Amino acid sequence: MPRITVTVDGVTYEEEVEPRLLLVHLLRDRLGKTGTPVGCDTSNCGACTVMLDGRSAKSCSVLAVQADGSDVVTIEGLARGDEWHPMQKAFHTEHALQCGYCTPGMIMAAIDLLRDDPDPSEEAVREGLEGNLCRCTGYCNIVRAVRLAAQEMAQAGERREVRTP
Amino acid sequence: MIPAAFDYIRPASLEEACRVLAEADAAGDDVKVLAGGQSLLPLLRLRLAYPAALVDLGRLPEPRGVEDRGDHVFVGALTTHDEVLRSGVVREQVPLLALATATVADPAVRHRGTFGGSMVHADPAGDLPAVALALDCVFVVRSSEGEREIPASEFFVDYLESALGPGEVLLGVRVPKLGPGWGFHYEKFHRTAQAWAIVGVAAAVRRDGGTIGEARIALTNMGPTPVRARATEAALRGLSPAPVGGAGDGARDQVRDACGQADSGTSPPADLHAKPDYRRHLARVLTYRAVRAATG
Amino acid sequence: MSEQLDAGLIAEQIAESDQLGEPSGAHEVGRARRRKEDARLVTGRTTWTDNIQLPGMLYMAFLRSPMAHARITRVDTSAARARPGVVAVYSGRDLADEQGSLPCAWPVTEDIVIPDHPPMAVEEVRYAGEAVACVVATDRYKAADALEAIEVDYEPLDAVVDMTEALAEGSPLVHESGNRAFTWKFAGGDIDAAFRDAPVVIERTYVQQRLIPTAMEPRAVVATTDGDGFTLYSATQIPHVLRVMLALTTGIPEHKLRVVAPDVGGGFGSKLQVTAEEVLGLLVTRRLGKPVKWTESRSEGNLTVHHGRDQLQRISLAAERDGRVRGVRVDLLADMGAYLMLVTPGIPLLGAFMYNGIYKIDAYDFTCTGVFTTKMPTDAYRGAGRPEATFAIERAVDELAHELGLDPVEVRRRNWITHQEFPYDTICGLTYDSGNYEAATEKALALFGYDKLRAEQSDRRDRRDPVQLGIGVSTYTEMCGLAPSRVLGSLSYGAGGWEHASVRMLPTGKVEVVTGTSPHGQGHETAWSQIVADALGVPFGDVAVLHGDTAISHKGMDTYGSRSLVVGGVAVLAACEKVKDKARLIAAHMLEASADDIEFSAGSFTVRGTAEGRTIQELALATFAAHDLPDGVEPGLDADATFDPDNFSFPHGTHLCAVEVDTETGACAIRSYVAVDDVGSVVNPLIVEGQVHGGIAQGIGQALFEEAVHDTEGNLLTTTMADYLIPTAADLPDFTTDRTETPATSNPLGVKGVGEAGTIASTPAVVNAIVDALRPYGVHDVRMPCTPERIWRVVSEAGPPASGSAAAEAPAGASAGASAEAPAPTSGPGPMSTPGPASTPGPASTPGSGSGEATSSSEGGAR
Repeated sequence: MPRITVTVDGVTYEEEVEPRLLLVHLLRDRLGKTGTPVGCDTSNCGACTVMLDGRSAKSCSVLAVQADGSDVVTIEGLARGDEWHPMQKAFHTEHALQCGYCTPGMIMAAIDLLRDDPDPSEEAVREGLEGNLCRCTGYCNIVRAVRLAAQEMAQAGERREVRTP
Repeated sequence: MIPAAFDYIRPASLEEACRVLAEADAAGDDVKVLAGGQSLLPLLRLRLAYPAALVDLGRLPEPRGVEDRGDHVFVGALTTHDEVLRSGVVREQVPLLALATATVADPAVRHRGTFGGSMVHADPAGDLPAVALALDCVFVVRSSEGEREIPASEFFVDYLESALGPGEVLLGVRVPKLGPGWGFHYEKFHRTAQAWAIVGVAAAVRRDGGTIGEARIALTNMGPTPVRARATEAALRGLSPAPVGGAGDGARDQVRDACGQADSGTSPPADLHAKPDYRRHLARVLTYRAVRAATG
Repeated sequence: MSEQLDAGLIAEQIAESDQLGEPSGAHEVGRARRRKEDARLVTGRTTWTDNIQLPGMLYMAFLRSPMAHARITRVDTSAARARPGVVAVYSGRDLADEQGSLPCAWPVTEDIVIPDHPPMAVEEVRYAGEAVACVVATDRYKAADALEAIEVDYEPLDAVVDMTEALAEGSPLVHESGNRAFTWKFAGGDIDAAFRDAPVVIERTYVQQRLIPTAMEPRAVVATTDGDGFTLYSATQIPHVLRVMLALTTGIPEHKLRVVAPDVGGGFGSKLQVTAEEVLGLLVTRRLGKPVKWTESRSEGNLTVHHGRDQLQRISLAAERDGRVRGVRVDLLADMGAYLMLVTPGIPLLGAFMYNGIYKIDAYDFTCTGVFTTKMPTDAYRGAGRPEATFAIERAVDELAHELGLDPVEVRRRNWITHQEFPYDTICGLTYDSGNYEAATEKALALFGYDKLRAEQSDRRDRRDPVQLGIGVSTYTEMCGLAPSRVLGSLSYGAGGWEHASVRMLPTGKVEVVTGTSPHGQGHETAWSQIVADALGVPFGDVAVLHGDTAISHKGMDTYGSRSLVVGGVAVLAACEKVKDKARLIAAHMLEASADDIEFSAGSFTVRGTAEGRTIQELALATFAAHDLPDGVEPGLDADATFDPDNFSFPHGTHLCAVEVDTETGACAIRSYVAVDDVGSVVNPLIVEGQVHGGIAQGIGQALFEEAVHDTEGNLLTTTMADYLIPTAADLPDFTTDRTETPATSNPLGVKGVGEAGTIASTPAVVNAIVDALRPYGVHDVRMPCTPERIWRVVSEAGPPASGSAAAEAPAGASAGASAEAPAPTSGPGPMSTPGPASTPGPASTPGSGSGEATSSSEGGAR
């Protein structure tokens, strides 16, 4: 079995994996990173979105062997100690989640969106999140949260890289 | 769902990849190339494909990236959609590719999925094959025997089948620069933002003074492969984009008439989202819109 | 360092923003409190069922029938058993003696046919996806692999997918007893008199397509045993009901069975079920003595999570020429699928009382036939019967308006119950306690800019713009707050509709609230804390809400039907009142005063007219110490309450939708959407708004995107999210939402429920808008989902538009509060002024959708 090295939320792991092991199952079943859920088979829902080498990726559609040598940040690695990432705070403030199952992926996708467009319009947020499905919120408050986080991050002069330093 | 088991080979070079693929083919093994995996992984998870092994090219340093080569732009097969979109060369020199790539899947998928993978997957519902066909791109492929070139018109052989032979991998695609006077548009029609195109139209149109000098139009999802709308291309040549007879109800829109032939020679599929007659209708309407947009 | 400062700043801002919406007096109820639940959800510290990992845990996977209808002639599990990591493989036959039958708790008629429903098929499969064998292995990958080694021989039987065909002579039989499960009738008033000589009769047939609920969390089950007792973790909305039902089904004594609903990722009715996988999980853990887990994939879930809707509605309206409706007749076919699950037959009954909508109607006649087909059973899906009813009446009222050349808002105004008329006894025997339809509608029209949009519509019609504008209105009310137990009894439901709560005063003055509701996204932890904070005068942060575990919350009826706040929240309030009653006695004793002289305010019990008092926290500690309690008083302030409502609650509202329809392609885009809902008093406006947003999105999903499609063999074609399309952010507009507040009179909180409102109203609002856009083309209906292809077909079959706005028969000026005078016939003498399907007069009018599209629900099979 291939041996891989992968850094997840700042911790480096060496694992022997079957080639077919999905990254999301490595995270959930092997590393206990259950904050990242699985919502579909076809990469439509985006619930499993993580940062893979600093860019959003759907961890259900990546093999663990493809992540060999990579840096992964999950929803569990966003906060610094007790301080949430501004996007986490904005989702709370704007009531951008109900059941919360899509939330980890939605937050990761939203953070990635702001990397390219630090002050997105409503339309840009909606299009930028087209790969992440939510069944509870009707997206209104998610859009508001992303734009609030954009403001907060701009005010704080923040463009933090979401990867392990 | 969970993929069935397969072997995994990660060649260190393109040469090794070609050799591995040729050997597998000789042995009769069903081996698939893995690049970004964004089309392949869902197929594996649904157990719609059972390859014996995957040959992972995803980590090879080349062929990747976008290069301005004078009369054309060379896009390496392993370049991700995201990298294509970020390329100033693509935006400025071959804007039709940028327009279509922006509609491919969603940002996270575009980070992983590759330009070459989309081409070789040869899905007629994919957005990029029509672009390659419209622009008369040239596909550069390599095997242990060396390199050969395949014109776009011969690359898409059938549904999910490209012209790649045993032991061949796609190096990249030469995307011709069409020079001044050309306008471009990709018109995609789908039911939700993340759904596949019911029909797409890739259009490049050259204005020659007050008339249309040349039009190149290719259609997405109007048959088992992308198809050129040749009849419309011919009919558009020499037409004035402005309606004949001035504005108003009496004016005859010759461009619309020409686009009324856009579906000729196509064999559109029937599926959950559209029956063939509707696809034919859409091809005509969307071609008109694409041509109008491309002539600005 | 800057990182820390920034985070601190944002934390402050969050604290500030938590003050938003705070009314003067600082009551918790009514405040836009940010949710307590969010912390674990935004940081990934959740407990989804699939996250649960127990020592020695095994994984289950199910082999599912690839055919809709077949006899099982052989199941050979030996090869699968021999595969590495496989612990056990079971066929239906292996478990036949112990698996029992999945329950149906709602036998709606005495002669209803309730077929045996084995959790795993033994002799026959009746829908594609039915479980036929089960693998138990050491990990999920090995379990999935072993499924492919199981051999099953099937002898194919004919499928029957369409309800009309299922009822026809000679149809293949889903069950030997026939394809008719029941016929349920209900009537009020003299329906024959209403239709006799009626000046206008509108007859229409509407298809409520089959939907797949698509909660984001796929189902999952973990079952474990210590050899004596059993624990079942499940992604369920109904841990309490499930425990009772599983005890009855499996024979595990109820007191040996604990059911836990951990974090649950949405339900929308789909997790209001007793599933085969839950039963089989318990049986397997009982056999193997090891914990087992099953997690469905999305494609497995699309096949086997119960589906929603799937009704064929024939509705007839008899009306006067001024638009007043005399009577409504409904003949409904409801697709049960292959079996009757927990409340399958009851779903159309929940709609039966709603076809009168918000209108005063003299006569009503309702017949529903439940039909078996070889498809996945249907059951509750957001709104459960009420969206279907609302759709039919709101579409039909629009048709009436069109027939009469009246503005659709005006026709509603002429029929609705005015605010002075409450409480109002409806023709369906319900008493609507409160409401103000005028106020909600006026507010919605103003927010929408109704007259301006009508003017634009007229302009586009005049210009023959290929992109037409349509304006759709829907009003609604719903019976929610399920439910008065006596009413459920009269409808033959197997249980009551009460809810339970306990309030525990802890020695340090903190409060634990135990609720029988089982939230899965609704924010009960926050809302219940707000109720308790006000009732007991304790800080919001001092309240913890416990739920979803029968070992902690022993009694409950769970969460569905917009019932949690209206029944469960009221139970919490009632328990708080009992706590205060106990505390008052102890306070009186400590203060040496009469209990009658003790006043309670803001958490303190004081002697009337003095400053002397004890806080509830002091009383909690004193009660814990119990050194000095009045004679005969137990040392405890804790209290239980079980609330059984006297009546349903009746939220209502008016939704308006503007769509742009591209008549060349059939594409349809929602340009603006306004919802004004009256859900009574509001505990947390933030949560209410969120529920409305999500409800609207789901209703739009039905109107535009979603449909479970089967081929003629009964195979589901929409098995993945690439085929079953739910809307993305880019497919929806921002919604403008507002409220009117007419408190419910049926409960002390004045609340009505909000979970289903948006879904109920939005589907007809969107379809009415689309049809409105296409009126100049002679279009009278578009079957849902209104896909571009369907819109294109109705437009192209209808031919070119009649010219000018005169043909469209959409008078402006509704928002001006036009009086109920005789209709102003603004429609010109053009070809469109006498539309086809509506007939005047007489009951012999042409039925059908008028769209030219078949109304058969098997239309998808032709694709």
